[in-house]
Amino acid sequence: MTSMTLVRRIRARPGIVFTALTTAEGIANWWGPDAGPVLMSECDARVGGRFRLRFRMLDGTEHETSGEYLEVVNPTRVVMTWEWTFGGEPDERGHVSLIEIDLRPIDIGTELTFTHAQLQTKISAEHHEWGWSGALEKLLSYLSARQDAAATR
Amino acid sequence: MVKYHEEPLSRTFGALVDETRRKILVRLEREGSVSISELAEPFAMTLPGILKHLDVLTQAGLISRTKEGRTVTVQLRASPLKGALEWLRRYERFWSPRLDKLTAYAEREERKASKPR
Repeated sequence: MTSMTLVRRIRARPGIVFTALTTAEGIANWWGPDAGPVLMSECDARVGGRFRLRFRMLDGTEHETSGEYLEVVNPTRVVMTWEWTFGGEPDERGHVSLIEIDLRPIDIGTELTFTHAQLQTKISAEHHEWGWSGALEKLLSYLSARQDAAATR
Repeated sequence: MVKYHEEPLSRTFGALVDETRRKILVRLEREGSVSISELAEPFAMTLPGILKHLDVLTQAGLISRTKEGRTVTVQLRASPLKGALEWLRRYERFWSPRLDKLTAYAEREERKASKPR
């Protein structure tokens, strides 16, 4: 199980960010087109409603993801499940992960905290006894730094 | 989304799951080249036991051995670690550019909304 969190400070009020995140039209506006076109975007942002998003990457591969809204609090919080229903990460197939988005009003606009959690994969399931989260990433960064150092010598 | 070769990744993570092997790698990172007998010293383990761990690390491409006279020394090979680190960070790479674009889009919408009529 792993998770990742990203934070962005946005010069827009929470209501505008919330709409960009929870409407089909909003999502289509930032998901594409440089990363490849959005082919379909459906979004029923209320508790128990679902979203579905199909897109093409620049390499030509198509992917579809969908999920269910678990919490929808306009304009501060959205929690939804996430699964690949077509393409995506092969080792995540059949697994449901969780996306949590919090919007906090700040002086310039909105602080967005985005967490994608419960990312379980075949590899992480095989080695479940040692959490693959922070500790492993630290070790890997530490050890692979040696190669960078060696390369610049 | 990016094609990862699962086999080498599984070998890398399989090698890293064991604490003794992690300690060996960290020591090699610090000290560079270490002889097998020196490597065995801090562990309450027989030489064949250590050699087994070194075999796993060698198969994962994480170490290489050099023979100088009668002494075999072991060095860290970091390249498989890069792939493992990338694999761990793949969702960060997926979401980060999208959140950047969401930011730009929301800021455009804000400017439109707050424009005086």
